Amino acid sequence: MYEVLRKKILAPRIKEMDVYVPQIAKSAKPGQFVIVIPDEKGERTPLTLVDWNRDEGWVRLVFLEVGVSTMKLGMKEPGSTLYYVAGPLGNPTHVEKFGTVVVIGGGVAIAAAYPIARAFKEVSNHVISVIGARSANLLIYEELMRSVSDELHITTDDGSKGMKGFTSDALVALLNKGLKPNLVWMVGPAPMMKACSEVTKKYRIKAIASLNPIMVCGMGMCGACRVKVGGKIRFTCYEGPEFDANEVDWDELIFRLKMYQKEELEALKLFLSKYGLGGDTHA
Amino acid sequence: MPKIKPRVPLPKRPPEERIKDFNEVALGYDEKLAIEEASRCLQCPNKPCVKGCPVGVDIPRFIKLIRERRFEEAYKVIKDKCPIPAITGRVCPQERQCEKYCTLAKLGQPIAIGALERFVADWAREHGIAVEHAPKTSVGKKVAVVGSGPAGIVVAADLARLGYEVTMFEALHVPGGVLVYGIPEYRLPKKIVYDEINYLRELGVNIEIGVSVGRTITVYDLLDEYDAVFVGTGAGHPRFLNVPGENLNYIYTANEFLTRINLMRAYLFPEYDTPIHRGKRVAVIGGGNTAMDAARSALRLGAEEVHVLYRRTRAEMPARKEEIENAEEEGVKFVFLVQPKGFIGNDLGNVSEIMLKKMRLGEPDASGRPRPIPTGETITFQADMVINAIGFYPNPLIPQTTPEIKTDKKGRIIVDSEGRTSMPRVYAGGDIVIGEGTVIEAMGWGRKAALAIHKDLTINKKI
Ligand SMILES: Cc1cc2nc3c(=O)[nH]c(=O)nc-3n(C[C@H](O)[C@H](O)[C@H](O)COP(=O)(O)OP(=O)(O)OC[C@H]3O[C@@H](n4cnc5c(N)ncnc54)[C@H](O)[C@@H]3O)c2cc1C
Ligand SMILES: Cc1cc2nc3c(=O)[nH]c(=O)nc-3n(C[C@H](O)[C@H](O)[C@H](O)COP(=O)(O)OP(=O)(O)OC[C@H]3O[C@@H](n4cnc5c(N)ncnc54)[C@H](O)[C@@H]3O)c2cc1C
Repeated sequence: MYEVLRKKILAPRIKEMDVYVPQIAKSAKPGQFVIVIPDEKGERTPLTLVDWNRDEGWVRLVFLEVGVSTMKLGMKEPGSTLYYVAGPLGNPTHVEKFGTVVVIGGGVAIAAAYPIARAFKEVSNHVISVIGARSANLLIYEELMRSVSDELHITTDDGSKGMKGFTSDALVALLNKGLKPNLVWMVGPAPMMKACSEVTKKYRIKAIASLNPIMVCGMGMCGACRVKVGGKIRFTCYEGPEFDANEVDWDELIFRLKMYQKEELEALKLFLSKYGLGGDTHA
Repeated sequence: MPKIKPRVPLPKRPPEERIKDFNEVALGYDEKLAIEEASRCLQCPNKPCVKGCPVGVDIPRFIKLIRERRFEEAYKVIKDKCPIPAITGRVCPQERQCEKYCTLAKLGQPIAIGALERFVADWAREHGIAVEHAPKTSVGKKVAVVGSGPAGIVVAADLARLGYEVTMFEALHVPGGVLVYGIPEYRLPKKIVYDEINYLRELGVNIEIGVSVGRTITVYDLLDEYDAVFVGTGAGHPRFLNVPGENLNYIYTANEFLTRINLMRAYLFPEYDTPIHRGKRVAVIGGGNTAMDAARSALRLGAEEVHVLYRRTRAEMPARKEEIENAEEEGVKFVFLVQPKGFIGNDLGNVSEIMLKKMRLGEPDASGRPRPIPTGETITFQADMVINAIGFYPNPLIPQTTPEIKTDKKGRIIVDSEGRTSMPRVYAGGDIVIGEGTVIEAMGWGRKAALAIHKDLTINKKI
C-alpha cells in the first residue's frame, strides 16, 4: 500500500511523485487534496492532487521541500512505501462554462493549478493562465500549463523569464488591456493570493482562491485550518479549500502560517544535521 | 447489619511526580486490593448495578469470581458483554452508571466496579489471556462500520461474533476515535487502546484506515457492496465562541490541542514531527471533562500557570468531580463567572489577552442549571495560549454528503429506538446520534444497532 511508483525532480527542491493509492485515484476530482504521513513519527501533511490515473490506481503529487515532512517525503525512492495517504479531501472545484477564466498559479502551486486549468478547458472555457516563480529555473509545469490554456503568461520575480514581477502584476496588465474575465481562480503562496485578490476586488471580478493553511485532521475535527471568510470562521479542510478570494482575511492567514516557525526551524536543523541536504536535491 | 467497610482507594501517583510526564496517573489495584474490594460486594440477587451498565456486564458475577481468585473466568464474563474492558474500566463515569445503582451507594460507598473491571482486564493482558472464539459460522452477509470509536467497536465486535463479515472504515491513521485522539495518555495509555482494538482483528474484522466516508467512498457506494452500513462518526466538530480575535495564533480548539498531543505525540517533538506551542500562562475556556483534559495536558507541557475560565460556578461544572480534584491537586487554577468577550493579540498575531465579561447566576435554564448573566463589568486576563473547550457538534461529513440521512437542527442523525436512520439499511449510534455522550453510552448504542442489523438482515430477513 501507498507505494511510491515514480519520482522526478522538476526544479531545485521541487519533486513530483506518483503514489499507488487506487481508492483515492478512483474518486479524485480537480481541487481536492490528500494528507500524507511519510513515516511513523511523521506529521499529517496536506498536498494537492495534481493528477491521477483511475485504471492504474496512482495519484501524482508535486511538492516543495520546505521542512522536515516534505524533505522526508522527498527522500522516498520508487519502490518504498509511505506510512499513510488519505483522501481525496476537500470539495472539488466548481467547474462549469463561465466564459473566460484566468487561472493563476504561483511557485510550486503551478502544479496545483494544472488540473484546474485542464478541467476549465475541458468544458470549453477560454482559459488564460498566468504562472509565476521566483526565477526561471524554479518555473515548473510550463509546457503542461500551455497544453491546457488558450493563452499562457509567465512572470518571474527577477525577470529571468517572461515578465519581470509578480503574477498580480501580469493580472493587472491583462485587465488594463481590457480583458474582462468571468472568473479568476488562484493558488499559490498566501501573499501572492492576497495581492491577486486585491486586484480582483478592485476590478470587481469574481475570484476563487485555493487556501493552504496549516492542517492536522483534514476532516473537520480540529480547526487548525480555520480561516476567516466574509467575517465567519470556516474550515479549509471540509468547507474549502476554495473560498471567495475577495472575502478572505489574508493577513490572518499569513500570521497563522507562521505559527510554528520557531519549532519548524529547530526540527529542520536537527533533521539536516542527521541527513544533510540529500544527494539529488540540487538539480 | 454488619458494618460496611470503606471502599479500597485506587492508588495514584503523587501530583508533583505525575505532572512531569504523560504516564498514567492511576496505578490500579493489585490482586490483594482487588480481592479486598471485591469482598465488599453484597451479591444482590436483583443485580441493580447491571441496570446502570448500557452494555449489560454481569457485574456481581465477575466480582464474585475475583473474590474466588478466578481472574481468567472473571475476564471472560466481562468480555462477553464489553469488548474493551481495559478502556471502560478506566474512563467510564461509573458514579453516573453502574456504581450509582450499587446497593452500597445508599449505605456508604459503592463498590469500585470500574477499578475492578480494570484490574481484571489488566491482569488478563499481563497474563496473555485470550478469549477463544467459537468457530464462526458465516451468515453470508457484509456490514460496513464507519468510524472506529466506541460505538463502531461494539457494532463490529458483536456482528463479527454473530458471523457477519465486517469492514470498519476510519478516516484517521489510527482506529479508536476519541479514545486515541481525545482522552489523554495519562488517563488512558494508547498502548492499551491499540491492544484492545487488536481484539477486533482477532475476531476477523477488517479495518481500513485513511478512508473518509463521504469523500474517498460514499454511503451510496457502501450500500452497493454491503448489506448494511453503521454510521458511528462521533461528535468531534468544535464549537466557537464567535467573538473577535478567535483566530489569533495559539488559540486552540481542545480537539486540535489534544489531537496534536495524543494522536500525533507532539509532546515528544522534535522526535515526532508534529509541533505544539508551549504556552507559559494558559487559559482554558469551559468547565467540562474536555477542559480538564486540556488543562492537565497543558501543565504537563510545562506551562507555569494554567487557569480554567468558566462562566458559571464550581457547583455547575459538568466535569467529573474526580477530574476536577485531580486537576486541582496538580495545580490548575479556576476562575468562575467569566465569559470571553474577545481576544487581543500582539503585532505577530499571537494572543496576549482575553477580555472577559463578568457574570452572575440567574434563573435556571433548559439544562436546569442557573443561567449565567453578564453583570456589565469587563476585566482583562493575560494569557499567551488559550484552549477553547466549549463543546462539539456532530461530525458533518456524512450528513453533508448523504442528504437522505435525516438530522435534527443540531446536526445529529435521527434514529428510531433501535438505531435505524431514515435511510434504508443505514444505522447510526454514539455521539453522532446523541451529541456529546460517554464511551459507555456510545457502546450501548452500538449494541442496539448491532441487534437491529442482525434482526433486519437475518432473523426477520426484512431486507
Ligand atoms: C490544501 C493544501 C494543499 C497543499 N498542496 C501543496 C502542494 O501541492 N505542494 C506543496 O509543496 N505544498 C502544498 N501545501 C503546503 C504543504 O502542506 C506544506 O508546505 C507542508 O505542510 C510543509 O511541511 P514541512 O514539514 O515540510 O515544512 P514545515 O516545517 O511545516 O514548514 C517549513 C516552512 O514552510 C512554511 N509552511 C508551512 N506550512 C505551509 C503551508 N501550508 N503553506 C505554505 N508555507 C508553509 C512554514 O511557515 C515554514 O516557514 C498544501 C497545503 C494545503 C493546506
Ligand atoms: C477530550 C475528551 C475526553 C473524554 N473523556 C471521556 C471519559 O473520560 N469518559 C467517557 O465515558 N467519555 C469521555 N468522552 C466522550 C467519549 O469519548 C465519546 O462520547 C465517545 O468516544 C463517542 O464514541 P463514538 O464511537 O460515537 O465516536 P468517536 O469516538 O468520536 O469516534 C468516531 C470516529 O469516526 C471517525 N470518523 C468521523 N467521520 C468519519 C468519516 N466521514 N469517515 C470515516 N471515519 C470518520 C473519527 O475519526 C473517529 O475515529 C470524552 C470526549 C472528549 C472529546
